[in-house]
Amino acid sequence: MSGVLVIAESRQGSLRDVSLELIGAAREVKEQAGGRLAVAVIGAGAGEHADALGADGVDEVLVVETPNEHFEPHVHAAAVEALIDEEEPTLVLAGHTIDSLGFAPALAARRGLGFASDVTRLAWDGGPVAVRGGYGGKVDVELDFPGKETVLLLLRAGAFPAVEGSGAARSRNVEVQAEPRSEHLGFREADTGDVDITKAEFLLSIGRGIEDKDALEQFEELADKMGATLSVSRPLVDAGWVPNARQVGQSGKTVKPKVYLALGISGAVQHLAGMQTAETIIAVNTDPEAPIFTVAHYGVVADLFDVADELAEQF
Amino acid sequence: MKIVVPVKQVAVLDEEFEVLEDRPGVDPDAIEWDLNEWDNFSVEEALQLREAAGDGEVVVVSVGDDEAEEGLQACLAKGADRGVRVWDEELDAADPLAVAQVLAAAVEQESPDLVLCGVQSSDGVYSATGIALAEHLGLPHVAVVKGLEYDGGGNTATVERELEGGLVEVLRIGLPALLTIQTGINEPRYATLRAIKQAKEKPLEVKGLGDLGLDGGAVEAAAGSRVRSMSHPDTGEGAEILKGSPSEVAARIAEIVKERMSG
Repeated sequence: MSGVLVIAESRQGSLRDVSLELIGAAREVKEQAGGRLAVAVIGAGAGEHADALGADGVDEVLVVETPNEHFEPHVHAAAVEALIDEEEPTLVLAGHTIDSLGFAPALAARRGLGFASDVTRLAWDGGPVAVRGGYGGKVDVELDFPGKETVLLLLRAGAFPAVEGSGAARSRNVEVQAEPRSEHLGFREADTGDVDITKAEFLLSIGRGIEDKDALEQFEELADKMGATLSVSRPLVDAGWVPNARQVGQSGKTVKPKVYLALGISGAVQHLAGMQTAETIIAVNTDPEAPIFTVAHYGVVADLFDVADELAEQF
Repeated sequence: MKIVVPVKQVAVLDEEFEVLEDRPGVDPDAIEWDLNEWDNFSVEEALQLREAAGDGEVVVVSVGDDEAEEGLQACLAKGADRGVRVWDEELDAADPLAVAQVLAAAVEQESPDLVLCGVQSSDGVYSATGIALAEHLGLPHVAVVKGLEYDGGGNTATVERELEGGLVEVLRIGLPALLTIQTGINEPRYATLRAIKQAKEKPLEVKGLGDLGLDGGAVEAAAGSRVRSMSHPDTGEGAEILKGSPSEVAARIAEIVKERMSG
């Protein structure tokens, strides 16, 4: 067993950004893992992405064309399993993405692989060492994988530097036999609603902290007064109070406004993924340990309603 | 129709907590326990399916020590018919893959038509246990489901899978199957006081590893990782904390906003 195998990700004909971050992470540990770095891309039309994945440091791009046009977890698991058998890698890297969540834990269980998801740092100490959050992100947990010949890690999107430019790695087609166990019926775009929060320069974003649907109106008025666009975190969409179009986060929109003012948002990983590159982040929360403060530039530990009432006087 | 719903009692840390020095872990006094947020939705979905079918059984299963009893009771109070709790001291440091192995043995004894798990737990946040469990059970699976419709005859289901950026994939899957359920798929019910009392009369069986044909060695072999260390996260520089009365901090926020928006 040696080397690193990266599982790139594509959807609807486009390579997803995390693919290049996986290669960036793989290059850092490539030598310790035994030298070889192969990048696999799986799906119908996978070959189109071979050039884009052939960055410096990549030894070979493995193209697995599948009969099913869209991601199917059972086919994907079988394809990665076949690649592991062929490549015998020490380390397999995939993104901590919705697609990976559908196939990677099944494959890890089937093959008794070393496994961790949502990995934010990667090191080497005789074998891979992965760091991820524990207790809802309140602690860092360092994991190792004694006795595991192959370790499969799902890396958090945005946590590793993407490689730039494409080199001239050779590519090779790999045949895989696999049967789908679910049938794709179609894609549906989320309702766009009447607002595009990705275009806003100033977002007033509210979360679970507002506690009551009746409080919504107050923040709509405050946003108007401040010249901000109102956005929300997931719980308000789940509760059916606000349409999905205003949701910031992994399953909503990724935003990069000049100012992101977060009131009563604790900052789950999926939320941070959607706003952490905002130019200026101001967060108001009652919990001083709330993860939102780790990405905020300015923080206020206070009741959001006390601050909101006073903010209304300032604009 | 028989639906099994694996649930988890999750650890919620106090604002102030200590990381242990002699072994990887946190001070147990700083932990409060609560039913995993996602599991409210998977249990609700199971109850609604049973109610729509007019008959059937919803069985909740949990791997955990005494604290898990409370979570199972909460599910029984909502309307689940029966609970199974699996515990052994050997499971103390079990990771999601090890838990999936144990759950598989417990769920197999139930021969369900459908298994519904939460997408993830709010403490571990691996999103792995359900799909690893599906593998052990040999069931087809879909992760991160935000819509579920049982088709006529009950041989297939149409599900909506939530993807990044608000995209939704609609797909059909044969049953029995395992689905991991996303928050927002339904509106979870609250138990009435009367139901909470009555839940104590519902069957809640406690099983050990031996009852499932497993032992500590099998659990250890199934684990995907070992915890080397635990520490407070390096939060970097973190936020500049603005102090003062609400009106003072509001004035400062307004100043920052106006400056940045004009720049």
